[in-house]
Amino acid sequence: MLLISCPWCGPRDETEYHYGGQAHVPYPETPADLTDEQWAEYVFYRDNPKGPFAERWMHSTGCRRWFNVLRDTVTYEVLRSYRLDEPRPELPQAGGNNR
Amino acid sequence: MTAEPLPEHPDFLWRNPEPRSSYDVVIVGAGGHGLATAYYLAKNHGITNVAVLEKGWLAGGNMARNTTIIRSNYLWDESAAIYEYALKLWEELPEELDYDFLFSQRGVLNLAHTLQDVREGVRRVNANRLNGVDAQWLEPDEVAKVCPILNVSSRTRYPVLGGTFQPRAGIAKHDHVAWALARRADEMGVDLIQGCEVTGFLKDGDRVVGVETNRGRILAGRVGLASAGHSSVLAERAGVRLPVQSHPLQALVSELHEPVHPTVVMSNHVHVYVSQAHKGELVMGAGVDSYNGYGQRGSFHVIEQQMAAAVELFPVFARAHVLRTWGGIVDVSPDASPIIGTTPVENLYVNCGWGTGGFKATPAAGWTFAHTIATGEPHPLNAPFALERFATGALIDEHGAAAVAH
Repeated sequence: MLLISCPWCGPRDETEYHYGGQAHVPYPETPADLTDEQWAEYVFYRDNPKGPFAERWMHSTGCRRWFNVLRDTVTYEVLRSYRLDEPRPELPQAGGNNR
Repeated sequence: MTAEPLPEHPDFLWRNPEPRSSYDVVIVGAGGHGLATAYYLAKNHGITNVAVLEKGWLAGGNMARNTTIIRSNYLWDESAAIYEYALKLWEELPEELDYDFLFSQRGVLNLAHTLQDVREGVRRVNANRLNGVDAQWLEPDEVAKVCPILNVSSRTRYPVLGGTFQPRAGIAKHDHVAWALARRADEMGVDLIQGCEVTGFLKDGDRVVGVETNRGRILAGRVGLASAGHSSVLAERAGVRLPVQSHPLQALVSELHEPVHPTVVMSNHVHVYVSQAHKGELVMGAGVDSYNGYGQRGSFHVIEQQMAAAVELFPVFARAHVLRTWGGIVDVSPDASPIIGTTPVENLYVNCGWGTGGFKATPAAGWTFAHTIATGEPHPLNAPFALERFATGALIDEHGAAAVAH
């Protein structure tokens, strides 16, 4: 079981959280101008890296707030937790197959 | 009901050739789908200058890690067509391949525990019948007749309110399926190459012309990806982005028991699926881990939920011991349906996105993927499952009939 650190409540078991998929996926700035392919990209396409992945979690049985986690999808190591208004942390030796 | 003995292996299964410098077709991934594709490329299309490249060992990925359930009771026309085609192929394959892989048509029960489950189940039975798929709606007393060890008491937390039943569904011995396909493909000249990892693609403009591997460059007229959980990682190396997310999906078996469980039982709502293997293990599957992951193991709390559901449905299992747990990596698409077809890169084809349910489709996936690779065009059965559907919006939303929480 993952041990995830909520930025407000501290480290808790994975079962206290709800998973929310990839983080940092902004809503299109000019939605009226998007082609079908660009809409498909926004709605259906997400990164799927082997390695560090920035993802959203919600502390559903705690403070019920969303936050971001940088987690390695191979080792399952939780590398960082950070608030939604913070940028993705830089890792000194980030691996992974994309981004 | 008695336990069936396992079939004897033929003495000779396949060669282990060195990779040649070029092939007409290279298939990436020697799991069930890759092997079936190679078999049908040779059998249906006469294309035998084919290599199937496998980074690990033959059929050692998801093919060795699934719960072996075969059924075709899907809701939508497109899915019913391809899964029913697969089921009909399953019914012929043991004889065709001359290899008894213990395909046992013992039926599948999909239980309903809520009013909504009942409505969805009845709707699916009607849809199945319109598509020529055998399906029945069973009331709780009829469910108990099919599977007497099921607890259909009204006093459980999630009582069984009925279930759909597909009598022609069942299980097969998965390893033997792979070996049966591998043997025939090998006999027809296909090179099955284990320990050969594809690390990149050779391209000429927008056209793929081969693959880079840990055993050198291999030129290929056409390349087909059949690598399940690693499909998006591989496709990205070829410059193609796929709308799939990789999740661990786990299963477990008990120690051996006398035959007690005559069918296959699946429950979406409390979430477990159970059958009894030919040898006697209870085989149980669960839902996927919610997060993306490439580790071939699952979370322990998922096992806890799955076991709680199993023991409530089958009180007789309460004292069974877990012998072994394992996980596979499944590539889940947004509409819980596969992606089989062409890609934006010429001569590169993809068969992926089967999520939690690829095993049952093995022969139809191979048949249609082979057709697509051989002709450059989709077969009518896989045309609806093209990558383009995510842009056109013609989704095939099978989250309900996929029957595994994801």
